[in-house]
Amino acid sequence: MPKRILNLFRNLVRKRAVEQELNDELRSSLEILTQEKMKGGLSQSEARREALIELGGVEQVKEEVRAARAGRFLEDFARDIRFALRTLAKSPGFTAVAILTLALGIGATTALFTVVWSVLLKPLPFKDPGRLVALYERSPDGKVAYGSVAGGVFAEWKKQSRGFSSLAILAPSVQHTFFGAGGALPEVLRGAMVSWNLFPTLGVAPALGRGFTAQDDQPSANETAVLSWGFWKRRFGGNRSILGQTINLDGQSYTVIGVMPSWFAYPDASVELWTPVSQGQGAKEMRSMDPSDFDFAVVGRLKPGVTEKAATAQLSVITKRLHDQHLDDPLVSKGASSRPLLEAMVGNVKTPLFVLLAATGCLLLIACLNVTGLLVARGAARRREMAIRSALGGTRRRLFGQHLTESLLLSAAGGGAGILVADAVVRWFVAARPDMSRVDAIQMDVWVAVFVVLVICGCALFACLASSPSVGGSGTLAALQESSRSQSEGHGRARLRKTLLTLEVGLTVILLVGAGLLLRSYQRLRSTDLGCITKNVLTMGINLPPEKYTKDTQRVTFFKSLLEGVRALPGVEGAGLVLAVPGQGFSGGPEFTIPEHPPLPFGKGQSAIIRWADPGYFAALGIPFLHGHTFDPDSQLEKSPEAIISQSFARQYFPGEDPIGKHLVTMLTGRRSFRIVGIVGDTRYLASEPPRPIMYFSIYADLFNRTPNMAALAVHSSTDVTSLSIPIQRIVQRLDPELAVSNILTMNQLIGKSTRDVSFDAALLVAFAVLSLTLAAVGLFGVVSYLVNQRTHEIGIRMALGAQKSDVLRLVIGQGMAPALAGLGFGIAGSLALTRFLSSLLYGVKATDPLTFVAVSLLLTAVAFVACYIPARRATKVDPIVALRYE
Amino acid sequence: MAQKRTDLLRGTLDLLVLKALSLEPLHGVAISRRITQITQGAFQVSFGSLFPSLHRMEEKGWVEAEWRSSDHNRRAKYYRLTRAGRTQLKVEERQWNQVVKIMAAAVQSS
Repeated sequence: MPKRILNLFRNLVRKRAVEQELNDELRSSLEILTQEKMKGGLSQSEARREALIELGGVEQVKEEVRAARAGRFLEDFARDIRFALRTLAKSPGFTAVAILTLALGIGATTALFTVVWSVLLKPLPFKDPGRLVALYERSPDGKVAYGSVAGGVFAEWKKQSRGFSSLAILAPSVQHTFFGAGGALPEVLRGAMVSWNLFPTLGVAPALGRGFTAQDDQPSANETAVLSWGFWKRRFGGNRSILGQTINLDGQSYTVIGVMPSWFAYPDASVELWTPVSQGQGAKEMRSMDPSDFDFAVVGRLKPGVTEKAATAQLSVITKRLHDQHLDDPLVSKGASSRPLLEAMVGNVKTPLFVLLAATGCLLLIACLNVTGLLVARGAARRREMAIRSALGGTRRRLFGQHLTESLLLSAAGGGAGILVADAVVRWFVAARPDMSRVDAIQMDVWVAVFVVLVICGCALFACLASSPSVGGSGTLAALQESSRSQSEGHGRARLRKTLLTLEVGLTVILLVGAGLLLRSYQRLRSTDLGCITKNVLTMGINLPPEKYTKDTQRVTFFKSLLEGVRALPGVEGAGLVLAVPGQGFSGGPEFTIPEHPPLPFGKGQSAIIRWADPGYFAALGIPFLHGHTFDPDSQLEKSPEAIISQSFARQYFPGEDPIGKHLVTMLTGRRSFRIVGIVGDTRYLASEPPRPIMYFSIYADLFNRTPNMAALAVHSSTDVTSLSIPIQRIVQRLDPELAVSNILTMNQLIGKSTRDVSFDAALLVAFAVLSLTLAAVGLFGVVSYLVNQRTHEIGIRMALGAQKSDVLRLVIGQGMAPALAGLGFGIAGSLALTRFLSSLLYGVKATDPLTFVAVSLLLTAVAFVACYIPARRATKVDPIVALRYE
Repeated sequence: MAQKRTDLLRGTLDLLVLKALSLEPLHGVAISRRITQITQGAFQVSFGSLFPSLHRMEEKGWVEAEWRSSDHNRRAKYYRLTRAGRTQLKVEERQWNQVVKIMAAAVQSS
């Protein structure tokens, strides 16, 4: 072996000397041969000729010897790279287009891979994350597989189940008003209420201080809080002395006991602090058996050797037993369900992300096809060069290696630029989707680098293999002799390019159809009628801390004076208070009964979305009264047992009877009966969901169990409503200087927020589709131009023989449109097969929406026609005389 | 001159070259001539195969080369067997004999 390395060294370093020696050897051999022949009686020139023939071509022998040497591969590779660089530099236009195309394709794919990898595939940063599961109640009707868990049910799970080494519960989203020291403006922030063992269950310890103990998680314990790293840095300047000090949340003092590590983001990145669940409101909720009462989530760590299925089956048994013990409460679930924690955190973004990744994959393939097309075209121009190289002893392997090096260089350059593109896209993605789960985990790492390298190699190999039939090959002599008039080879090459083009158009059509469907969904979503005025409406959240507003009269007075003040502002057309405005979300749907109806069978229940609203709310948002009237504005608290129902409520629960004058009883309203005084039009609780039955109670009513201290203020104005936000905040400040308003949004922004997912996916997919349409058009243009160049001569003859311009146009356009239309056919067929994977992302549009398919077909045909027409028109300008003289 | 070429079995060329060099150092053309001679004209090795084979064996250390004057007073590159080359020749001869024996037996058995 050392000998071999020595040889390698000699061959590479002393290359010139080695070559010189080979040269000398062959020359001396030639002379010896010649002399031999001359002895046989031939003349000098005759002998030399014979000797040359016997030697068999000096250059070829040299090449064979070189091929036998050590280090041949490296040497070839280095030479190939130098040569490829020179060739590429000689045609900067081609090189730039190819690199740019690949950069876009590789960049987009890498960016989406980074996101998919970081969000969906990378394990959670917790201890032994494979054993963590999210646990749910299955709703009695079985419709909701992953429902929230009632505190009381959780307590029984914890007591009785054997499959988990620990079980933790959390209320993942709780709003707090934080009052900074020294009169800083109060701030509304998101926290999570957690059982003391949540952090140990996840296997995470605070970076500073300590986590909660079982003693902290008692109704009687002092209030404690653990801060997120970001919150600690932002509001306390990362000062360690915060440990043990108190902060003011909702007017209450909480002792800070710890700070979580900076990477910790559970349940998601927008949570800024954690408090024990058994304190305050949570204490009561922890005993409730109704899962809809509070949005509790449960996390469990499986014991070693216990499967998720077995552990969940046991929870189901426990839940069923509870159900049977509480048959009077029909909302107690009958079963439990589970899924891996990672799945629970990112399940909702899985489909869209994979769809986007698939779209970038298509884009990359299109980019590759385009570059291949360019290489094929160049292969045609370089046929003579290839023929000469092959005549000079270039073996097929060497020529192929040369070709591969060239496409590898192109694709490496494209990949390099693509990384920059990917970095920019990822940055933008993170900034555009701060709400996405695990968005904090998105980063380019080693695996992304491996992915890029693989993609680069894949692209190079693809472009090289798909375009190589045009390189070298048989008929070297023919290529050397043949003039550029050759038709047969040109046709073969054109056929290859047409096949590539058909594929490209097909992929483009699939992307266009996908983008079109999402775009239509978005349009549908944005144009859904929420059931109320959405133009010039401003909404904001008001949260009266229950610790301060202990008496109902305080709350009523505050709300009344607030509305009075706001309605007096110039430009205000109407103002109202409601638990949640249309489009803002579900916000609870308790069970109710109608005393006038016969009691429901045991174990059956009925529920509706609950809203408390002030009497002026309906008028302010233009929600029409179909029957009856609004709440009596003068009566309040116990004197106001009135209810209003929505149209679908009336239709569903009072079929064929007049609901006015009937009564509603709910647990939330302390089992008091409320008289129905009006029926209003339907509103949607989410823009993407159909209207559901809603029952309204007066915000001034005495609701016993749950004080309506949280409300959204909705203000309708005749002019630009955003200018009202400051005056309204001033009114709030005047009424209570410690109160912060949250989420100041216009109704359109609010809807935009709830339709953001769709609009985001649609925007990205449209961008990809437009890119690929452009690439396909460029590809088509290239092929047709090439054909025109090839056939200039023929077109000249045709015109000389009397062909009209229109004939030539038809001829050339037909050549280009054929592959485009074939591709369109493939694309439509492919889309029909693939778009059903999109159906979970669509809204109000079927995956086979004919309008989208027709529109895409028309668009593609039009673009293809233009791409063919431009070069075709050039063909008609061919002057027969010039064309025939051409050569 | 008719280019009559009999295809050499793979690996046979190396054996023939080693054999040709076993008596005395020779230059390329002479090796070719010697092979034709010892095979009674059956094999005419093309230089396109001979020179790569020589260079490969030189790298493997089986032959050594030096420049010296030929019989006709011309400088030529002479190849000589090394000790490793002689060992290799023995190995290849043994292998070849084995192949011949096996092939002969195989052909006669049918």
